[in-house]
Amino acid sequence: MEQILTEQVKPQAKQPEVVIRISDASVRFNIAGEKLDDLKEFFIKLVKRELRFKEFYALKNINLTIRKGESWALIGSNGAGKSTLLKLICGILTPYRGTVTVKGEIAPLIELGAGFDPNLTAEENIFINGAILGHSRKFMREQYESIVEFAELQDFMALPIKNYSSGMRARLGFAVATVTAPDILIVDEVLAVGDAAFQQKCRDRIRELLGRGTTLLFVSHAKPPVMELCEKAVWMDHGEIKKIGATEHVYWAYEQYLNEMKNK
Amino acid sequence: MKKFFRLTKERFKKFFKYWDLLMLLVQRDLKLKYRRSFLGYLWSVLNPLLSMIVMAIVFTRMFKRNIENFPLYLICGNILFSFMRDSTTQAMTSVISNASLLKKTYVPKYIFTLSKVTSCMVNFVLSLGALFIVMIATKQPFRWMNFMIIVPIVELYVFCLGLGLLLAAGTVFFRDIRNIWNVVTLAWMYLTPIFYSLDSFNDSKTKDIVDMSKLGLFIRRFNPLYMYIQQFRYFIMQYESTLVEVPCGVLMWRGAVCAGLMLIVGLITFNATKNKFILYI
Repeated sequence: MEQILTEQVKPQAKQPEVVIRISDASVRFNIAGEKLDDLKEFFIKLVKRELRFKEFYALKNINLTIRKGESWALIGSNGAGKSTLLKLICGILTPYRGTVTVKGEIAPLIELGAGFDPNLTAEENIFINGAILGHSRKFMREQYESIVEFAELQDFMALPIKNYSSGMRARLGFAVATVTAPDILIVDEVLAVGDAAFQQKCRDRIRELLGRGTTLLFVSHAKPPVMELCEKAVWMDHGEIKKIGATEHVYWAYEQYLNEMKNK
Repeated sequence: MKKFFRLTKERFKKFFKYWDLLMLLVQRDLKLKYRRSFLGYLWSVLNPLLSMIVMAIVFTRMFKRNIENFPLYLICGNILFSFMRDSTTQAMTSVISNASLLKKTYVPKYIFTLSKVTSCMVNFVLSLGALFIVMIATKQPFRWMNFMIIVPIVELYVFCLGLGLLLAAGTVFFRDIRNIWNVVTLAWMYLTPIFYSLDSFNDSKTKDIVDMSKLGLFIRRFNPLYMYIQQFRYFIMQYESTLVEVPCGVLMWRGAVCAGLMLIVGLITFNATKNKFILYI
């Protein structure tokens, strides 16, 4: 169903190659009645046959085809499964059912500077974070200057990251993640921390990357950046795709829905 | 079978892609270990040396012993055992302590375990300096054969890597392992001839609760650490008691089999559970 809709949006004859194809994917979590990380409890429950889990589908039968160079927004309320979907695409989660195929390098910005070690200096962290994204040390040495320059943190490179503010950390994380044009850039509500000027700078950088053929997946609760950056949108609700299509249409439907909910 | 080879090839490719990350993580561990300490890396030499001195004093006063060059005997056992204890203890928490990262980006998870064991190995190589000092101080002659220690070291490294992977995967699901492991390594230490020799088990005249000669046999057969330490001592100080102990050649292949098995068990466990880690960390 969703597949057909996507095709309708762009009925051109020659389409760019598919970079992400998710077919009929579900993600299931076992929510234990209480959290079990205790060996004793585990065995007691095992013997008593009380080891029942509540099954919870974080994503249900998701179908999504994303082509090279497209920019997608994921919208929906908290807990709708947006981040889970992104994690599925990154390979952090594996689908319980269905398949996910991804072509190319992913730069995930699910949380800026997730790989930062608070005790190391910013300089050391740049190299480690680069390596996490799969860049070699040689490459990072070449790009070091431009990263520092973009983050505008020249004077703070010798400082341990634990002394950084969250805004500074976000700057550094974004600068490292976008040092090359990744095939797929995933931005999950991370630009909200920077100041206005830096947010604008990030959006400009994203637009520049889009021009160079990067595919964008963008999660935000703010309307302007979504409208500005994304051609298409997916509206998710309770682990399912509710609507898929051009950003204006989907966002309009989403806002309608939100209003309805408010009036109820 | 074909699929297996293809998968293995892909895994190796991925491994080399993350080689730089591995090196950086090892560097990080070493840097942070001695950050803000005055003597820095010198501690890797001083620590085993000082603990050897303490143990030598305690055990020469308290027990009668007939081991030649006791300080060297002691430090050989001690640095190998410390490597095992440190590397496995650190490897155990390698996955859970990187939870925030693993939740947000895709990185092969074993990289963290591998980097912990490797950084402990670097530390171990530094501690060979202490061994060197003791050899000079006790006038132990140097021989070409000393270089053969590479064999037990590599075997021990592989063994600890396998054990570390097993523990890391286990700890994700049961945090209790962290607490149990302390006790296990303590018991293991006493069951490993670090400060005693298995010879003394045979001529013990006192009536013990445990049959000492049987215990000795058990240790010789089933304690992998015994195999590595005994080989190491043989290559460093020609320590080989012809009376009861196993010849070095036998220890070498037994040690290799042990290490290989441990690695396979570790890899299989880790691989089978790694996709569930995310739900528990």
